[in-house]
Amino acid sequence: MGMIKKVFHSPKFRLGFIIFAALLLFVFLYPLFDSGDPLEMIAVQSYLKPGTYVSQYDVAGSDGITLDVVASDKKLASHLPEADRNKMKTYLVDFVGLDANQVDTNNIPKLIEQWMDNYNPNNKAGLLVSAQRDYRNINKEVLAALDAGDIIIAINDPETGELIQNKTIHDQQYVQVSSVANRQVFPLGGDNFGRNVLRELVEATKTSLMIGLIAGIVATAIGLTLGLIAGYVGGTTDNIITFITNLFTVIPSFVILILISYSVGQEARGVLLVACIIGFTAWPWTCRSVRSQVISLRNRDHVNLMKLSGHGLLHILTTGILPYIASYVVMALILQIAQGILSEAQLSMLGLGAATSKTATLGLMMNWATLFSAVVNGSWWAYFPVVIVIALMSFSMNLMNTGLDQVFNPQLRD
Amino acid sequence: MSNENTSCLKGVGLTKIFGSGKKSVLAVDHVDFDFKNGEVISIVGESGSGKTTLSKMLLGLTSVTEGKIYFQGKERDISTRAKQKEYWKGIQAIFQDPFSSYNIFTKVDGVLLDCLKMRGKGNLPREEKYQLMKEACRFVNLEFDELTNKYPFELSGGQMQRLMIARVFLLKPQILLADEPTSMIDACSRSTILDMLMKLRDETNMTIIFITHDIGLAYYISDSVYIMEHGIFVEHGTSDDMLMHPKVPYTKRLISDVPKIYEAWDLDSITV
Ligand SMILES: Nc1ncnc2c1ncn2[C@@H]1O[C@H](COP(=O)(O)OP(=O)(O)OP(=O)(O)O)[C@@H](O)[C@H]1O
Ligand SMILES: [Mg+2]
Repeated sequence: MGMIKKVFHSPKFRLGFIIFAALLLFVFLYPLFDSGDPLEMIAVQSYLKPGTYVSQYDVAGSDGITLDVVASDKKLASHLPEADRNKMKTYLVDFVGLDANQVDTNNIPKLIEQWMDNYNPNNKAGLLVSAQRDYRNINKEVLAALDAGDIIIAINDPETGELIQNKTIHDQQYVQVSSVANRQVFPLGGDNFGRNVLRELVEATKTSLMIGLIAGIVATAIGLTLGLIAGYVGGTTDNIITFITNLFTVIPSFVILILISYSVGQEARGVLLVACIIGFTAWPWTCRSVRSQVISLRNRDHVNLMKLSGHGLLHILTTGILPYIASYVVMALILQIAQGILSEAQLSMLGLGAATSKTATLGLMMNWATLFSAVVNGSWWAYFPVVIVIALMSFSMNLMNTGLDQVFNPQLRD
Repeated sequence: MSNENTSCLKGVGLTKIFGSGKKSVLAVDHVDFDFKNGEVISIVGESGSGKTTLSKMLLGLTSVTEGKIYFQGKERDISTRAKQKEYWKGIQAIFQDPFSSYNIFTKVDGVLLDCLKMRGKGNLPREEKYQLMKEACRFVNLEFDELTNKYPFELSGGQMQRLMIARVFLLKPQILLADEPTSMIDACSRSTILDMLMKLRDETNMTIIFITHDIGLAYYISDSVYIMEHGIFVEHGTSDDMLMHPKVPYTKRLISDVPKIYEAWDLDSITV
């Protein structure tokens, strides 16, 4: 108990823990508020912009209320983007001769008023043909922006096939958003398959954590067992294990990872298998550090006393050595989990991750975003949140690890 | 005693080299000895002279680089775990540092329970085991009921070493190897511990190999003394011979290094 308290006294561990816990909490609570298949391809279009989408059909069908506001600046602005307004200013200043100070591109109603007063389609003096066409188009937009004509909704008479006017909508008519029956919220937009990115991200974070956890546990289990045996038994056993460990270290684990992943084959690669493959290549580091810790412990007198008391190898390893390195193993496990998540992302980026469209992982999301050129499109929502989540997980776990290190290694304590 | 003067532990050309190549350390260098049953033997030497290394070899806790060890006249064989266990029924130890002798994650009374198991008494009824452990604790002036459920850090150094003696009391080995058992504890507990060791010997006729850097102490408790310098036994003999007629300069220096307190005090009060 005292140990846990001490651990939480470390500010680094606390910060890391808070970030990690917040992430976990979000991932597990979010589905309660936004249920729905995270991998359902909702949009026909790819890379939907983030936002709330309401059914146009429902809006047209629902009864509006009238708000006494004139066509808003927003409506005008949507017709006349900044570039057009600048062109209008150029026309008014250069050809009409208004003072540049009088023309304000941000005061759209005033600008439109000035334009209507001064624009003359027949005045072609000194204008290029392309410029004349530009101004004609702008004038059309201005007229459209000013147009407050009603929209008529007609339905098809099933018998006669004639259009029957059903309803008119005028420009001061509004509909309450929540009264529109069909709404879709895409807080982080849609991805290339038309999926809801946030839902997918939550699901992917869960899966990636799972992969990290499994990979971390596999790596720690192998590394710990081999490290304990190599360090404690020594001799030939140690030499053999050290040789294997070195073999795995000399060949970069990532290369082994790629080779195994590749040889397993596209179809067979499920999430669980990928996690195990990652774990299987990540153990040498744990093994080596556990081994050196055990070597420094195996000649201690408490181990000698256990031997003299007739205890066997297994009992000495589990009660005389393991508890002494437990805190260290926990730290190694945390790092292995963080590394596992990163490895999955890297592997999937290369197209060697889990081959599936049934689950999303952070790496797969990155892979899809790259394959379907989200970066080039400027669809930041398809990859940036993923990068942030990976970074936060890695950062928080490393912080926790440093915090633990400070508590367990008194030399580092500040 | 019937087995008096028979060989208990004999070493021939015992050598220990740590590491290999240029960085190797010659810790024990071809030592020969013959310890008799029922004797109290002291091995005296300065820090780093190889005393602990020799004791670890005798205990079979570290490998022997060269040389042979004979236990009760027969060459020692600890090649299998069963043979090791059998050997450790005959030889036990008390280590230099009580604070590192215990597993800090297990309760101290487990140490005594292990001894009962080792003596084949693990299956006795609870009450009998309890009585045996209680008796062992009483032997070293500890209260067993106060020890149960305690972790090592809740004990003082003196209590820890006394519990170690209780352990040996339960195991009743033929040889006890005590490696500077009093060097890490206060002077007051020191004489208590020595008292208890001597009491143990008197009751069980155990051979005690007492390792110390204090030749004065060796003189008072032991029958024969071996002087160790840089891994070599430079001389040995009865404790009287060693203290009164040292031949080697190293021994003379050891004697002159002994705190003058022994001379200032009435010597008889310390003898046991
Ligand atoms: N595991 C080891 N590896 C390498 N060298 C060692 C090891 N253990 C001991 N030594 C070396 O062997 C020599 C003898 O050490 P040892 O511990 O036996 O001395 P000691 O007489 O018990 O000293 P002290 O009185 O301080 O306990 C020393 O030079 C020491 O550095
Ligand atoms: Mg020593």
